[in-house]
Amino acid sequence: MALLEVRNLKIYYFTREGVVKAVDGISFSVSEDETLGLIGESGCGKTTAVFSILRFVVPPGRIVGGEIIFEGRDIIPLSDEEMRLLRGEGIAMVFQGAQNALNPVMTVGKQISEVILEHESITKEEAWERAKSQLELVGIGSERVNSYPHEFSGGMKQRVMVAIATACNPRLLIMDEPVTGLDVIVQRQLLALTNSLREKMRLPIIFITHDLSVIAETCDNVAVMYAGKIVEKGDTVSLYKDPLHPYSKGLIGSYPSVRGEKKELKSIPGAPPRLINPPVGCRFYPRCPYAMDICEIEEPELKNVGDNRLVACHLIK
Amino acid sequence: MTKLLHGLSSVKGFVMLLWTNKMGRFGLIIFAVFAVIAIFAPFLHTVDPSATGSCENMLVPPCAQFWFGTDDLARDIWSQVIYGSRISLLVGFVAAGLTILVGTLVGIIAGFYGGKIEEVLMRIVDFFMMLPQLPLMIILAAVLGPSIWNIIFVVSVVSWPTTARVVRSQVLSIRERAFIEASRCIGASDSLLMFGEIFPNVVPIIFAQSVLIVTEAIYAEAVLAFLGLGDPTTVSWGMMLHFAFESGVMSRTPNWIVPPVASIVVLIIGFTFLGTAVSDVLKPGYRETRGL
Repeated sequence: MALLEVRNLKIYYFTREGVVKAVDGISFSVSEDETLGLIGESGCGKTTAVFSILRFVVPPGRIVGGEIIFEGRDIIPLSDEEMRLLRGEGIAMVFQGAQNALNPVMTVGKQISEVILEHESITKEEAWERAKSQLELVGIGSERVNSYPHEFSGGMKQRVMVAIATACNPRLLIMDEPVTGLDVIVQRQLLALTNSLREKMRLPIIFITHDLSVIAETCDNVAVMYAGKIVEKGDTVSLYKDPLHPYSKGLIGSYPSVRGEKKELKSIPGAPPRLINPPVGCRFYPRCPYAMDICEIEEPELKNVGDNRLVACHLIK
Repeated sequence: MTKLLHGLSSVKGFVMLLWTNKMGRFGLIIFAVFAVIAIFAPFLHTVDPSATGSCENMLVPPCAQFWFGTDDLARDIWSQVIYGSRISLLVGFVAAGLTILVGTLVGIIAGFYGGKIEEVLMRIVDFFMMLPQLPLMIILAAVLGPSIWNIIFVVSVVSWPTTARVVRSQVLSIRERAFIEASRCIGASDSLLMFGEIFPNVVPIIFAQSVLIVTEAIYAEAVLAFLGLGDPTTVSWGMMLHFAFESGVMSRTPNWIVPPVASIVVLIIGFTFLGTAVSDVLKPGYRETRGL
């Protein structure tokens, strides 16, 4: 049984201009030892989708349908207090933009131990020791426990974020664009850290990014999102080698390959649709180079095409 | 000098930071002088300030025995001025403490929760802000009776709304910062967010605010006491002025009036400088421009 199962999740924002269908019926699951990548352009609903796993949907947004089953129970009807306890202990999240995600006036040690104290009834001294070992875990020496965030570099701050997120030994870690805005060397270090955490703590991770190489580096499986829907899913290697959905093709084709042949990079013409009035049929139809008549009328369903590959396109029979 | 970067985290660091500012240095010196006077009052050539003397010692001009002379009940003015500093500092600090406590609590809760809770709390704040301060103070002091604690209470009642507003507006911007959302994501409770995460961020502004409230409280105590609403059994600068005014010989005894007036003025100026210095040194970039 999967650790996390999201079924037909719908999150709509009820704005003055109309209903924005930010996430419109997505399903995916994460098993005990899986790293899932979630990829797509900005504004396609990646972050909204994972925030809802922590039940973090701010008005005017609302979860209007679907189920989020974590360890066998649906978290949508949970009380606020139950949900608070689940955050951090069950599911933890590493934020994008570590520059702002640490409290500037508190030492990192305090910030880590504070989280532990919220969840476990241990003494301050024990929490402080745990904070030190967390810093060791992410490769920052425990002697930095009394430092303030401004004394760290960007990459180190992001490591501190990882240390905070993993402080209560969560069973699932979500990383929302953890390497965005960091230079490649720091990215590399952080990805290495992620991989080592995965091995040391056997921690399943959901990785959100729009950087294809990051996914290739870390994830077992990948889901491609477009305009609030998952359009393709599969294991990372085969999806990268042979993308089936035209959008995945475009996404992967627009990315340079280091070792492969030198070819001209393709871009996908147009922009993602406004989610207030998405196209009736396939949401990618207006930009799709292979569009057929049926695409305009009928929305394709996510079909299993064997080999654990799922794709939502009329082209694929 | 890198130590100064952590100026906010320790009292010593913060005092050192204030010392780098001209006004701050001046304010600190004045405050230190008055604090020393208040603490060591019994050792500063003083007698019991409310002890009356014999007739021949009434209204004597300054001399070796009575440095500032005596009043119409033959009480030593020097001793009254020295002991008066205790009352002024007590009123100042306790009133500021109460004001900060209530104002901060209301401000953080209103700013953090927003919505209906904020509406209700802020309307209460508006109500208290709208009341004219001096008449309110006079009425409350008259109704509650002459006691130093009533004056502290009255001063706190009129000044907490300002603190609440200032804190709330600060909280409104802090609660939108990413680190609050990040803490929420790892299961921080509301109370931790408010008092563990947001509170440390509003401390600087509270600090600057509280120094100014000290001056207001000192001033208010003097005003109320002068108007006859103070406690006649306590020795304070305001009471001295009140008695001098009542005695009818005020115009011929500058030695009775000048010391308390000068004390009030100097102490208030000292705290005002301190308050200005606090907000100056806490401005972003202050330490950088001085290479600290």
